[in-house]
Amino acid sequence: MPFEAAYLYTILPELVILITASVVLVVDLYLRDDQKGLNHSLTLVGLVLALASVGLVGGDQTATAFGGAFVRDPMSDLLKGVVIVLTLFTFVYSSNYMRDRDMWVGEYHVLVLFSLLGVMIMISANDFLSMYLGLELLALCLYALVAFDRDSKAGSEAAMKYFVLGSIGTGMLLYGISMLYGATGGIGFGDVAAAVAATGTDDKVLVFGLVFVLIGIAFKFGAVPFHMWMPDVYQGAPAPVVLFLSSAPKVAAFAMAARILLDALPGLLADWGDILIILSVLSMAVGNVVAIAQTNIKRMLAYSTVSHVGFIFFGLLAGTEQGYAAAMFYAVVYGLMAVGAFGVLVMISHKGFEAENLDDLKGLGDRDPWLAAMMTLVMFSMAGVPPMVGFMAKLLVLEAVVNVGLIWLAIVAVVFSIIGAFYYLRVVKMIYFDKPEVMDPVTASGSARIAVSVNGLAILFLGMFPAGLLALCEAAF
Amino acid sequence: MIALSDYLMLGELLFAIALAGIFLNRKNLILLLMCIELMLLAVNMNFVAFSHFLGDGAGQIFVFFILTVAAAEAAIGLAILVVLFRNRGTINVEDLDMLKG
Repeated sequence: MPFEAAYLYTILPELVILITASVVLVVDLYLRDDQKGLNHSLTLVGLVLALASVGLVGGDQTATAFGGAFVRDPMSDLLKGVVIVLTLFTFVYSSNYMRDRDMWVGEYHVLVLFSLLGVMIMISANDFLSMYLGLELLALCLYALVAFDRDSKAGSEAAMKYFVLGSIGTGMLLYGISMLYGATGGIGFGDVAAAVAATGTDDKVLVFGLVFVLIGIAFKFGAVPFHMWMPDVYQGAPAPVVLFLSSAPKVAAFAMAARILLDALPGLLADWGDILIILSVLSMAVGNVVAIAQTNIKRMLAYSTVSHVGFIFFGLLAGTEQGYAAAMFYAVVYGLMAVGAFGVLVMISHKGFEAENLDDLKGLGDRDPWLAAMMTLVMFSMAGVPPMVGFMAKLLVLEAVVNVGLIWLAIVAVVFSIIGAFYYLRVVKMIYFDKPEVMDPVTASGSARIAVSVNGLAILFLGMFPAGLLALCEAAF
Repeated sequence: MIALSDYLMLGELLFAIALAGIFLNRKNLILLLMCIELMLLAVNMNFVAFSHFLGDGAGQIFVFFILTVAAAEAAIGLAILVVLFRNRGTINVEDLDMLKG
């Protein structure tokens, strides 16, 4: 496998992110405390350049690099574009919050950029080794980010729990990969798929490996019964970290599931489809019902994530191209909604006050009508109210499962969505009809306000005109 | 001659011991970190065994990467442990009960 200079062109977006992270890492050493804003500017410039390079190297054809370890195709182009945009939102939203709490340091930028690099490698992985390395790069940075507030008791506890459960998830995934390697003799997704097609699916070792790999994927997604880490991590970590954690890594988890299940193990659809049905029904049931009982909004959104994961699995388990496109659409849209919801939370927190409890949102309609309107758009979208994009996403996955004859599954999903609508609408009720408990004015920066407006209106716009994004998703499969 | 199944059995056993250690241990977090390492070593055992019996090098290369990443992972884990001990004054698993609901 000789090295070719053309490989560097294929991995251009990753290189831009890597160089940006390294530059910030070094430049930060030479900055005085009052100059730390330069980190922010460098990071934003790097992200915009990376976005441009995704467009530059993108196209309809598929390109592989490094002996098939890395692949660039329409799916990776779209997902990379999305995760870079989500990361841009993350930085814009979090600047005031982190500055107020003396956490506006170079390390924050570097860790988030390296997590983004991990996400992008996962999206483009074409064998189990690069998937594993991308996953670990993402996970190790996230463990450190969760503990970013070094004096927080809850933060360090959350980081420890995340570390232990995340490592178990990785261990399960690796054990499964070793079994798949033993059964097929290859670690490339294409080799594994070819070996499965040649030898048939009766091999017990193969199915054994598949189960462990699925457990690993479910851990990373946070699907029930492997969701235990999510509420604790969401509650304990600093809000801007949760903002990042709930968006780009979920898109990466989708990419991981799609690459492994669709590229490497399409022959085992009958096996993993059934397991995903169980995982998705459990996720929807537990996620939606337990979320109602929460008083902490970060915990509530964690359980809401669990229920959305159930929907993403729906599209995958349908086993049709329509279903895969719907799942991808859902993952992208979910990322957008998650940054919106946590973005508003980050913006209404200020020095000495964390917006953490549902009660902190009371009367937001009086305190800041525009932010309240954006939060309402996000909540309606998560609940699946038309014409928001969340409705479109739910409709598409339900259509996909109905088309393969799983009508009972669609009914279960609709019932749990209706239960779930309660706690989203409760937030809207608190925003507009309750007396404020916190009277301070909202001190969000102008750039964050612009970002949240773009974010909220994108949710509305994509809901009314979903055809463009949907066509991109369909082109990926 | 030791058969492939013997190696797999050993790997499985190590993996089971690691998992049991994680879930049964209610006292010390450092023990937990050791169990995580053991889990990865069990995987390495599998990879090396398969690699040898398949006559294919990819598995052994995978092991090198797992070993390297495991070292980084242990470093992060211990760093979090230090932060936790500074903030809470304990590394007892049962005391990690601030976050629940």
